[in-house]
Amino acid sequence: MKLLNISSPHTTRALSTSNVMLNVLLALIPGIIALTYFFGPGHIIQIVIASSVAIACEALVMKARKRPILFYLKDYSALLTAVLLALSLPPYAPYWVTIVATGFAIIVGKHLYGGLGQNPFNPAMVGFALVLVSFPVPMTTSWSAPSELLATGISFSDALGFIFSSREGLDAITSATPLDAYKHQVALSTAQEIYQNPLFKGADQSSIVLAWQWVSAGFLLGGAYLLWKRIFTWHIPLSLLATLVLCSLIFGWDADSYVPTSLHLLAGATILGAFFIATDPVSASTTPLGKLIYGAGIGIFIYIIRTWGSYPDAVAFAVLLMNFAAPFIDQYTQPRTYGHAKPKRGLAAKD
Amino acid sequence: MNTSFQLHDFVGGIHPTDNKVQSTNTPISFAGIPSKLILPLTQHIGTQSKPLVSPGDTVLKGQLIAEAQGFISANLHAPTSGTISAIEARPVAHQSGLSDICIEITPDNNDTWVERTRITDYKKCDATQLINAIQAAGITGMGGAGFPSHVKVSADPAQINTLIINAAECEPYITSDDMLIQERAQDVISGIHVLAHILEPKNILIGIEDNKPKAADALIEAIEKDADTPDIQVVIIPTKYPSGGEKQLIQILTGKEVPAGGLPSELGIVCHNLGTAYAVHNAVIKGEPLISRITTITGNACAQPQNYEVLIGTPVEHLLNISNTDIEKTSRLVMGGPMMGFTLDQIQTPIIKASNCIIAATKQELPDPAMEQACIRCGMCTEVCPAQLLPQQLYWFSKSSNLEQAEAHNIADCIECGACSYVCPSNIPLVQYYRFAKGEIKQTNEDKKKSDRAKIRFETRLARQEREQAEKDAKRAARAEAAAKKQAEKKAAAAANPEGAVEKKIPTADLQLLQKKFDATKAAVAKSKDKIAALEASESPDTDKIELLKGALEKAQTKMKDAAKAMAEAKKAEKATSTANADKGDPNSPERLKNKLELAQSRLTTAQTRLDEAKAENSDKVAALETAVANQKQRVQDALKALDESIQQTNQQNTTEIKVDTEALKQKVLAAQTRVDKASERLNMAKEQNLETVGALQTGLEKQQAKLDEAKATLASATLEDAK
Repeated sequence: MKLLNISSPHTTRALSTSNVMLNVLLALIPGIIALTYFFGPGHIIQIVIASSVAIACEALVMKARKRPILFYLKDYSALLTAVLLALSLPPYAPYWVTIVATGFAIIVGKHLYGGLGQNPFNPAMVGFALVLVSFPVPMTTSWSAPSELLATGISFSDALGFIFSSREGLDAITSATPLDAYKHQVALSTAQEIYQNPLFKGADQSSIVLAWQWVSAGFLLGGAYLLWKRIFTWHIPLSLLATLVLCSLIFGWDADSYVPTSLHLLAGATILGAFFIATDPVSASTTPLGKLIYGAGIGIFIYIIRTWGSYPDAVAFAVLLMNFAAPFIDQYTQPRTYGHAKPKRGLAAKD
Repeated sequence: MNTSFQLHDFVGGIHPTDNKVQSTNTPISFAGIPSKLILPLTQHIGTQSKPLVSPGDTVLKGQLIAEAQGFISANLHAPTSGTISAIEARPVAHQSGLSDICIEITPDNNDTWVERTRITDYKKCDATQLINAIQAAGITGMGGAGFPSHVKVSADPAQINTLIINAAECEPYITSDDMLIQERAQDVISGIHVLAHILEPKNILIGIEDNKPKAADALIEAIEKDADTPDIQVVIIPTKYPSGGEKQLIQILTGKEVPAGGLPSELGIVCHNLGTAYAVHNAVIKGEPLISRITTITGNACAQPQNYEVLIGTPVEHLLNISNTDIEKTSRLVMGGPMMGFTLDQIQTPIIKASNCIIAATKQELPDPAMEQACIRCGMCTEVCPAQLLPQQLYWFSKSSNLEQAEAHNIADCIECGACSYVCPSNIPLVQYYRFAKGEIKQTNEDKKKSDRAKIRFETRLARQEREQAEKDAKRAARAEAAAKKQAEKKAAAAANPEGAVEKKIPTADLQLLQKKFDATKAAVAKSKDKIAALEASESPDTDKIELLKGALEKAQTKMKDAAKAMAEAKKAEKATSTANADKGDPNSPERLKNKLELAQSRLTTAQTRLDEAKAENSDKVAALETAVANQKQRVQDALKALDESIQQTNQQNTTEIKVDTEALKQKVLAAQTRVDKASERLNMAKEQNLETVGALQTGLEKQQAKLDEAKATLASATLEDAK
């Protein structure tokens, strides 16, 4: 047998990029189950639409770039982008919103920058931000109320109908998201009065925003799994959540004037964002200290945009804003190399 | 064992499957003497050893066959007795896969030892003696890098407070140190004592990973047996790759970091491999040079994985055979560990002093590398990097040949442990990229040094040329001014003295021209004469041709005479002008000579400066410039002499009248010469034709010759007087 002659090391860990992506997809399952349980099959349908579009776009671009299509599809990165995007979109957004968002995410957000590993922005959030600013009406009126608050559940055929054809009857099942609702009501009411709104109470009156809490718990479980599997480190999620809590404690201590901390953490896309979106390695900071700064930046922006901005949620914009800063952060947070007295800062000076 | 020892951790690291069990079930056995031993001259870091034997020589076991060249180099000894069968290039165990000069020994299987000198009591020896013994034994680092050990033990004992013995053996598969300790712990400890005697450290630490409990126990037992010797601490460290890296082990045991680009001795630490300590024991206590080592043969293609005591130079093929390795099933043959070892593509490659392991891996065991995927910047490499680098940033910089940034991101501190490549989910051969970048950086730095030198040279030259040009310009300007002044003076003089204006000038060039003409005609005459003589001397003289030639000769002679006349006239005229106006056309006028002297002097100065510059730059032109300066000096002296003479002459001319008209005398001489020539010609002709007039002509010629001599003598005396 011919002896192979290659450079060391000769052994590698059996964890491939596709494994990483599959693990992340796997970790999303508890959240998806909770979403489907509380908000109907809307997200499932969106995931299917987005995934098909993403795979088609990825294949198209790979063909155009004359790359082996299957090899690149098998890294599952396009699929992950699609699923994350579908989970961010309102469950009953019309199909074309999803198609536009996904197509834009894959073609522009990812491949026009050079494909996997080269995109400076989180592709899913690029697609989301595009449809959020372009189609504000379907993006804000397609959120369903938790099933406990509905007289009858949302059947699969209803869901298909809402997404693909008739939007009639949609009003009956939609509602504002708790974050949005609280923000608008707090100007006129006290916290106590706002909590009277059925949106903030579970059907059994046991707890506030029950449905969203469960969803957040689902994503938290997935995030914990990924941390355990060391797919990403604790730095970004922890600093993001800690900063957000700190901001809401400092500025929003008065629940009568600001959204309370519990809602910030559990009622929006915070947990999904902290564990699945902000941790997208390609567009995030990569140094240990840089990750802390990056996560903290997202936390601050989430709080600012949610509190003083006019959008229902803020994770997408916060992540995109920090994506801008990630390369710069990396340059100024290099770790101190072994044997060096102090860490280096910035790029080498050009002479 | 000291349980209270404060351990430190290093950042990063990985936990690959250690695969060590396979080769630890069988005790170490001797691999035997192969049919050939191939001993590369470069088995160490440093200068190649110089062979002391030639093909055909017989050598004994332990005989020095190649000696160290310089301090950072190592001796090489014959591992067994036999005959030198070749000294030539062979494939060697090196990353590059290149061949190198090797000494091949054909063993005689008698294994006859050379006379050994052992040190009976090392404690009575001073450090130098022991260091010399280590150096003589050709010991190099046994851990893999192969740095000559005597260099490391030559550290100043006053600066060393800790001796670390590296028994971590963190790479998967390798068990040579493990088995060596288990079976020969006493010898290892003895070697450590010798090292300690040389270096006099306050602390002696043996770092060993906790996956080798048997070895650790053996060490502790061996230490306890030896009560009166310095205290050695066995420190059991957690298993984590690369804890056996020198820098990492120092960090684990002391919490200190070796400064970037520095040596452990700067921290008061010397670190030796455990195998090296064993080799030191053999060298000092037993008097045996480094001629064998313990090597692990393992891998799934190997039926009997185990450790062997292998003679240095044993071809890997021999080891594969004795361990029943299926070479057909082997897809990758690795020398060293799977993390930092290198592949061998030829099984004839010999075991060298640093070869601790041979892995014959099957395709399932070490699969062919998967296709490289895009870097997703997951940062797993950053997490495991023990040097705390940013491997993925280095990857981007290396891939784009952005060497400047790679350097700024401390690529030089990469120890190439391979942890980053090991964890990379995209199968990127990161270490290979860094090796490329490091090589490029080295090359670029060399090129830069070279071009910097060239730049300085060029700039210095440019500056010198500019300076010279400026000096020249200044001189020219001064001369032009002087000339203009003279012109003005002359005009004034001409206005005052109109006769002076009509002075006839004979340019020197004309005179030279005439001289040339004269010379040419003279040569023609001589040639014609020769030709005639040759023709006449031949057996059958062609009379017609002779006649023709004679005619030509006559013509040439006339021409010559004309030329001589013209020249004489010219000289006369020139002399007249020169005496009237000494500084005009005479090349020997004091004024000219003075200029010449100045010129020569300035040239000398320039040459001197150039020489000095060259000396400062250490250029190779020094010798040439020195000659040039000597030449210039000679010229200055000549010019000075000429000037002095000229001044004297002018003074004489000015003070005394010319007594004899030398020119007239010269003419007389010329005329006399002509007559003599004619006479001799006639005589010759007469002789040729055998005329009776020969005798008369002979007398005539003699007379003419006498006259000529007389004229010449007069002329000479006149010239002599003139010169005074």
